[in-house]
Formats: sequence, C-alpha cells, structure tokens
Amino acid sequence: MQGELIKFGKNLVAKDELLTPGHRACQGCGSGLAIRLSLKALGKDTIVGIPAGCWAGVGSMYPDTAWRIPWMQTLFENAAAQMSGIESAYRILMDKGKMPERKINCVAIAGDGATNDIGVAALSGVLERGHDILYICLDNEAYMNTGIQRSSATPYGASTTTTPAGKVSAGQATWKKNMIEVVAAHNIPYVASACPSYPFDLMNKIKKGAEIKGPAYVHVLAPCPTGWRFPPELTIEIGRLAVETGVFPIYEVENGRYKLNIDRPSLKPVEEYLKPQGRFRHLSDTDIEMIQKRVNEEYNKLKTKIACFAA
Amino acid sequence: MSKRIALEGSFAVSEAARMADVDVIAAYPITPQTHIIERLADYVANGELKASYIPVESEHSAMSACYGASAAGARTFTATASQGFFLMHEVLHWVSAMRQPVIMAVCNRAVAPPANIWGDYSDAMTARDTGWIQLFAANNQEVFDFVLSSFRIGEDPRVLLPVMVHLDGFSLSHVIEPVILPEQEEVNRFLPPYQHPYAIDPDNPMSYSMVMGPDIYSEIKKAQDVTLRESKEIILQAWKEFGDIFGRYYSPIESYKTEGAKTLLMSTGCLSETAKVAIDRKRDKGEDVGLIILHLWRPFPFEELYQAIKDAETLVVFDRCISLGGPGGPIISEVKSALFDKRKDIKFAGLIGGLCGRNLSVEQFEDALDKGREIAEKGSEEVFETIGIRE
Repeated sequence: MQGELIKFGKNLVAKDELLTPGHRACQGCGSGLAIRLSLKALGKDTIVGIPAGCWAGVGSMYPDTAWRIPWMQTLFENAAAQMSGIESAYRILMDKGKMPERKINCVAIAGDGATNDIGVAALSGVLERGHDILYICLDNEAYMNTGIQRSSATPYGASTTTTPAGKVSAGQATWKKNMIEVVAAHNIPYVASACPSYPFDLMNKIKKGAEIKGPAYVHVLAPCPTGWRFPPELTIEIGRLAVETGVFPIYEVENGRYKLNIDRPSLKPVEEYLKPQGRFRHLSDTDIEMIQKRVNEEYNKLKTKIACFAA
Repeated sequence: MSKRIALEGSFAVSEAARMADVDVIAAYPITPQTHIIERLADYVANGELKASYIPVESEHSAMSACYGASAAGARTFTATASQGFFLMHEVLHWVSAMRQPVIMAVCNRAVAPPANIWGDYSDAMTARDTGWIQLFAANNQEVFDFVLSSFRIGEDPRVLLPVMVHLDGFSLSHVIEPVILPEQEEVNRFLPPYQHPYAIDPDNPMSYSMVMGPDIYSEIKKAQDVTLRESKEIILQAWKEFGDIFGRYYSPIESYKTEGAKTLLMSTGCLSETAKVAIDRKRDKGEDVGLIILHLWRPFPFEELYQAIKDAETLVVFDRCISLGGPGGPIISEVKSALFDKRKDIKFAGLIGGLCGRNLSVEQFEDALDKGREIAEKGSEEVFETIGIRE
C-alpha cells in the first residue's frame, strides 16, 4: 500500500518526544497526534511557526511550553510569510558566511482557517516564490479554537456554531474548499494529503516534504472530537473512515505526478463516516445521498488525474 | 573621503540600507516608496549588495517576513507608505513587542478616500502607539543619516526595538538634494555587525510569543514601555558618536533661531525647511520668533521639548495631519499634554496644513505665525486653524 517509500515503521521511529506530554489539547486531539508524529519525522533541527488556533495556545501557556524545538506563534494570516522570512534569513546568513551551513527545517503548522481562509494570500505568495519551507495544514474543518465556527474547509452539511443546523438549515451550505488542489495548482515540488490514522504514511510525507528543495505542503485531516462531536477514543477510527469512504483520499503530487497512497478496491458508504459524528446527526437521507454523490464525483475526478498524470 | 552628490530622498534611503549591508529586504510596491525598493533590487541584481530580496505579495507579508528574518538573526529592512502602512499595522505591534530591530522607511502619504498619492502624516500618526522608535527627517541628508543611525540604535542590545524613519512622500522621496555620503569604512566604524542575542536557534530552543494572561501581561507591557523610554539615552549616544564620525550632530528637537524668541513655531518633516525661511524673514523684520523641529516622535522627548521652549511665551504647533473630531493635530495634543504640568503659562495655537501634498509657501507660514500669535493671545472658537483652507 505504501510501497517502496516507507522510511518509518514500527522500529524506525525516534523515541524522543519533541512535543512533550502535559499540553492542554483536548482528549483525542487529532492535531496533537499529527504534530507529535511530524516532529518525530522532522527531528530537532526544526523551527515551527504556528498562527492563531488551538496550537497557538495549548502547547505554550506561559510559563510552560510543550515544544522542545524553537517555536514561534505567528499572526493568524502570516505563518507562511513569517517562515519565508526565517528561511530567507538563514539562506543569506549562510551565504554570507555569518552562520555555519546546516539544514534547518522551516515549518509552518496552521489550521484550516489560517490556511484556507485568512492566510491563503500569504501561503500562495510563499509557494509561488519557491521558499524552501514545509507548510502543514492541520485541517479540523472549522475554527475549533474559537468554538467551532465554520471555515471554507467545513464540509457540506456540518453543523457549526455559525452554520447551525436548524428548522430551515442543514448546516454548512457549501462544499469544502479543496485546498490540496489549490496548492497543487501552484506547481510546487511536493503536495500531499495525510491523516494521523495512518502514522507512517504521515511521517514519510512530512520527512519527504522537509527534504525536498522548495516549498512542500502536507494537508492533514485532523479529527476533532470536540468540534465533530464524537467520543475521543474514536479519533483514529473516524480518520480511517474518512479515508475508507473516499471523503478524504490519501495521495501525493510530486513534481506534478499524482499517486494514490492508500488505494482501496472499493469505498465504504459515506454514511459510515457521517453517522458517528454529532455534527452530521441532523442530516436526512436525501442529504446523505447528495454527499455520497459528491464524494463519488470528486473521487473519480482524482482517479482520472492519477490515471493521466501517474507518478 | 566622503562625497557630496545630488540624491533623491528615496535613493538616500536605499544607499543607507546598502551601506548598512542589510541581509534581508522584504518589499512590496506602493507610491511614493517604490524608488527605494527598486534601487535596492538593482543593488542586489548587480551584486553591490548581498541580500535576500523577498518580493512579497502584500505589505502585511512584507512586515511578517521582516519579523521572521530579524528573529532568525538577519539585519532586515523594508519600506512602505499610507495604505501599505495600514495593512502592516497588525504586524507592527508584533515586531516591537517581540523586540525585533526591523528598520523601515515610510514615505508619508495621506490616507484615502479621497484616493490620493501625496504627502502628509496621516499614515505615520496612526502608528503612534505601536512601540516603534520613530524619527522624522526634514531633508535628504537627514534621511540618509537617520536610516543609517536607525540600525545602530535599534540593534543596540539595550534597545532591540524596530525603528521607522519618516520622510515626506514626494517632497523628500522624489526631490533631489545634495547629500554627503560617507566612506564604507566610516560606516563600519559607526555600525557594528548585527547580533541578536535571542535569535532563534535549534541548539537553544525557546518558545516565542507564548500565551500570557492577566497575571503577567501588564508587567510585559510596562517593561516594553520602559525600554522604549530608556532608548532615548541610547539614541542620544548614537547620534553623538554619529556626529563625531561624520561631522553632523542631531538631537530629538532641533532649535532654529530660538535665542530670545517669545514665539516659537514647532514643525516636523520637510515643511520645516520652508518654515525656516519664514522665520528668517520675520527675524529680519525684527520679530522675536524662532522654530523648533521635532525629529524624535517616539520615544517622546519630554525633557528636550521643555528645554527648547523654556524661554518662550507662545507656542504655535504645526501639524500635517488632522485628528478627526479630536483635540487638534496629533502633535499639538501631545505637546500640550507634555507641558501641562510644567508650563501652565504658555499659550498655544494649533495649525494644520500641507494635507495630501498641498504646498505651503513661505508667506503662508509667515501669515500662519501671525494668525497663531493672534489665536494664542485672544483665543479662538476653533480647535485648530487650517492654513489656506477654502470655506
């Protein structure tokens, strides 16, 4: 399934925890798990910038910090721009002989609101200018830190506090913005989707993104028990169902070449993914049918791209 | 040997940044600032300056990239004006609170609407409380000298604060004046290599801009304020040393023909040069008037102001910005507040003019001074007098 690119496996993962236990994230936080795994893949020569969002606060409430690497909070919309400044500074300081040559990973880790919405211009600028940074989007499909408000990454039909399901509303009325394809349209060297339910795949992609010269983008689906309204022990299961139903396909685009990393012979019905989540509780059979149709269409579109531009 | 050449204000900025050997420039075009970043791009393209030049997609990202670059230990520069300055506003606070000595030139320009490109200080004045050191230049020599000294001031380990140098859009940015440029060796003597003591370092990992609650926020802000206030001493030291090396001495408030003057005009920026001629003429007529020019806006030079107006009875303050619905121009309201305890006897008059690049003549300044004196004597129902307005 993951083929020849496997770098990480059961016995090949660093035991060091660069994100320490004791942070204040909710139980079952998919983002926290993704960060922990990502830092294991990246190692200690890494600088992380995080904009407003859950992880601007839960790991760095003064005087405690859960970060064993240099960590910076950025503004909501400027994580990409700020990391591009850091990357440019290191490049020129090494060029001018003002600091010794070494590889330092400059990594922005931002939520879907900071990525798809408020920070999309800064991100686009950084991708287009070709900075050697890794941008990780932790997509929990709404503004969870401020209390579950919709973003452009919120899926159709999800009930949030600003798109509540009501007598005349079925929740979010628009389809999720496909940020992976928006980024892929910038023709950068590496774009991938991942989910902490598939830890080795995620770690391989993070490692690859950091090693590739130029901009890399990894879009991580990060199940959120608090915002999606499911019991925290189901985080891994929900992530798997997102992939197994085709709602969130796991693939990568390397130098324009598409590859499906988790390819299942058949997809499970989306209902299996929607049912355990409180945010979709109100959906009618017609709504679910509509979502199923959309998922099928999108999945087939992706399969076509993979067939046309195979790695 | 230093050389005296004809130089546009914008190019004086670029030249100062080049001689300071900046490492990172993040730039986004906006009139009337573009000549600065164009010239810097030329320097980089021709190998005359070894710098990472980031052509960002907005001013917000320009200041954000500068913030990151400075935090990583690079000497960092950018320039902007007006709307671009406003777009940066959010980041200005972060750069100062995170103690990053980013240096920025601001080619002052009016705020829209009405859509415009011409000069006044309505951009600068909105950044009053952003925690930046702020200097106002009155001519192109000062533009060069202030930008160069900004690096020395901001990067001083006792300061570590960003500095903005204001120069009037078009009236300085696009006007050619004689400027004395120093030798690189002299610059190197004045400006030591930059070393941020708290630069990001994977070998010494730290967390930057953490979440802090009501129990500590006030202490952090107080510390920031104390540092900004105390930076004045370091500015004075830096300018003293600047004078010793380059032969030009600067002070937070420049006094011009103030000996025995009962009435003082207070001004900022390039129109101070016009005001000087008005003062010359009035002095020739035997009037006891003088001029004080504000160069240092933040930290506010309380003591220097008090000393400069010690013997005056009337202070006519000229603002190139309107504080809509407020107590006059931004500068006069600060000056009044600064002198309230020490000089209850002094009479004030507020003048506003030169908005959006409107020219002010020497005669207008002469008339304005007379009018100001009259207002100070008799009082006025108006909060301020607008020079040359059609009503």
